[in-house]
Amino acid sequence: MSDLADRTVLRGRDIPAVARPARAPVLPLTLRGVTLQLAGQTILDGLDLDLGTRGCTVIMGPNGTGKSLLLKLLHGLILPTSGQIRWGALSPAEVTARQSLVFQKPMLLRRSVAANLDFVLQARGKDRGRRDALLDHVGLRHKSDQPARQLSGGEAQRLAMARALATDPDVLLMDEPTASLDPASTLAIETIMAEARDSGIRVILVTHDVGQARRMADDVVFLHRGRITEHREAPGFFARPDTEAARDFLQGNLVL
Amino acid sequence: MVSTISRQVENLQGIGEAFGLAWQLVLTGDAALVEIVALSLQVSLTATALACLIGLPLGAIVATLRFRGREAVLILMNALMGLPPVVIGLLVYLYLSRSGPLGFLGLLYTPAAMILAQTILITPIVAALSRQVIEDLHVEYDEQFRSLCLSRGQTMRALIWDARYSLLTVGLAGFGRAVAEVGAVMIVGGNIDHLTRVMTTAIALETSKGDLPLALALGIILLVLALGVNAAVQSVRLTATRQAYV
Amino acid sequence: MTAKTVTIALLALATPALAQEQSILVQSTTSTANSGLYDYLLPIFTTESGIIVNVVAVGTGQAIKNAENCDGDVLLVHAKPAEEKFVADGFGTTRSDLMYNDFIIVGPPSDPAGIKGMTDVQPALAKIAETKAPFASRGDDSGTHQKEMELWSDSGADPKAASGDWYRETGSGMGATLNTGLGMGAYVLTDRATWISFENKQDYLIVVEGDQDLYNQYGVIPVNPAKCPSVKSAEAQVFADWLVSEAGQAAIAGYKINDQQLFFPNAPKQ
Repeated sequence: MSDLADRTVLRGRDIPAVARPARAPVLPLTLRGVTLQLAGQTILDGLDLDLGTRGCTVIMGPNGTGKSLLLKLLHGLILPTSGQIRWGALSPAEVTARQSLVFQKPMLLRRSVAANLDFVLQARGKDRGRRDALLDHVGLRHKSDQPARQLSGGEAQRLAMARALATDPDVLLMDEPTASLDPASTLAIETIMAEARDSGIRVILVTHDVGQARRMADDVVFLHRGRITEHREAPGFFARPDTEAARDFLQGNLVL
Repeated sequence: MVSTISRQVENLQGIGEAFGLAWQLVLTGDAALVEIVALSLQVSLTATALACLIGLPLGAIVATLRFRGREAVLILMNALMGLPPVVIGLLVYLYLSRSGPLGFLGLLYTPAAMILAQTILITPIVAALSRQVIEDLHVEYDEQFRSLCLSRGQTMRALIWDARYSLLTVGLAGFGRAVAEVGAVMIVGGNIDHLTRVMTTAIALETSKGDLPLALALGIILLVLALGVNAAVQSVRLTATRQAYV
Repeated sequence: MTAKTVTIALLALATPALAQEQSILVQSTTSTANSGLYDYLLPIFTTESGIIVNVVAVGTGQAIKNAENCDGDVLLVHAKPAEEKFVADGFGTTRSDLMYNDFIIVGPPSDPAGIKGMTDVQPALAKIAETKAPFASRGDDSGTHQKEMELWSDSGADPKAASGDWYRETGSGMGATLNTGLGMGAYVLTDRATWISFENKQDYLIVVEGDQDLYNQYGVIPVNPAKCPSVKSAEAQVFADWLVSEAGQAAIAGYKINDQQLFFPNAPKQ
């Protein structure tokens, strides 16, 4: 409830300190034949994917199809067993540096809310004066001095988003950020995501909340059993999915 | 049989006497006692600080980096934890002796020599225990830190800082061993009155003089000191736990 | 950076202790320290001379070894042959007789070897060996231990053969050996000063005393600056000279516990 209230106050505010104005267009991301094997099992099997330079891509699919691992591959945290992931001509280190990944369970430092942001701003050579604006942006300014690990789930995730935005990413990778949150917190997170997307940040969101996918997606990648079975514009996908698995998934049937 | 019982009664009276004596020494603020306690704290706290200065970064390096010979370093660190103080005392003596390679420093039979010996004694403890603490935290933080593209130095500093309250306990373990050891400080300090006499060497001396109640009284005071330091650190830790900083 | 900080910190701690005041270091046997002699004697000397005397009290063997390593300015021990060798090897300048007391054998009232009241020490030791009554030895190459070995050798018994059986070598100082010996009802050879000042006597008694061979001579030797350039030879000489002077000798004679004199000065008259 308080989350929602915070956001309501925030809505009217503009956010110049967070979103960079006149953002250069984000480079296209391409995957060619990307295969990932872990412990002898093929998790992702020969993925080909072209991701555009704008908007929000939602990656959907049943549990265990490798959605989170796909995000980590895109982010450069793990390497594919075979195949190529290209983001312009950037080196793997640059790729990681220019993206931010928000994990399902945020890992916050054992420090105050403000110190969590100070740490990232300082470590990445960013202007530390932006800290309060970032906290305002996610509605946590009034909790600056509180221990970060005492935040509620929704607040913790908002702080994680502020931290993700603090590094001025070109791409925001989100791994089921609202999986265990109540509706008010979910709304707050979705609002921050939408604002990021609107400021020109490329958002790639993994979720299996169909409602969230409908609200956020510009295009949808549907993963099933380690393969991409569909990649389409959102309206078409939600209106008439091509595959039976996606159709079942959208209708809320159990998809294995 | 009768003599055994009377001996036991005598010993119990000795313990009672020791408590009385300890109480009396503290109450009267016995000058010699104050001097000895102050030196004990000065030597062991300084040694603990130095051991942390060396041991924490060492622990952090071994916890976070994967390098050739890491296993060997781990084994060595753990093995060094078991080094008897007397052996370290002897080594330090041989180095600091006027006829030794560092004799020109004139450090033998000074508090500095005792600090050096205790630092060598407890640095492996601090390093090995902090390695464990930091490695556990590293497992938790690793993915997030790699996502944030932190350098190794930034990672290690952040881990040490975030583990600070757990590392307090590590420092405490080191302090406990330093303040309790007698073998090393006896050899390199010489138990010189008003100069290098600390609690443990004073206890050893009074024992050898046969003044068991006084030795025990000093032991009780040492125990109370150790309890005090532990309680202080524990209360800091509890506060931190309440704030979810542990 | 860290190593430098450490060095500076250590030096800072080292200097005030030794450098500012005039002070010397005495490598001493334990009996003179444990009996409280120094607590009585040294303040008198410091008042007269302004020189502070620091004492490291260890067994005679270790004291000599430490002095040979140049870790001391004056040697004050009680093992004449070893002292003379120390001087002959060039580690000490000159040796002076300083004072004496005597060794005694203490034992439990039950007196299992039946030696109580004997005034000849060698036969008493022989009886201990014969009856296999427990005997606690220093076993640490101290002056007392060297004396004890000499006496055993003259007694004709071979205690080493029974080491761990009735002959028990503690490998520790006089006080610790007394504590151990009393704990297992063993006879112990000790110097009288340590025994008089020892506070854990329990029911133990002096069983053998008064033999000429139990005479215990202490000597004082300044460490030789030719071997040890770091030695504070001027101050060391002042201390050694004072000890054998009339004032020093009188001070030694003046130290008493319960009206019993512990050490008897016998420096040659100057």
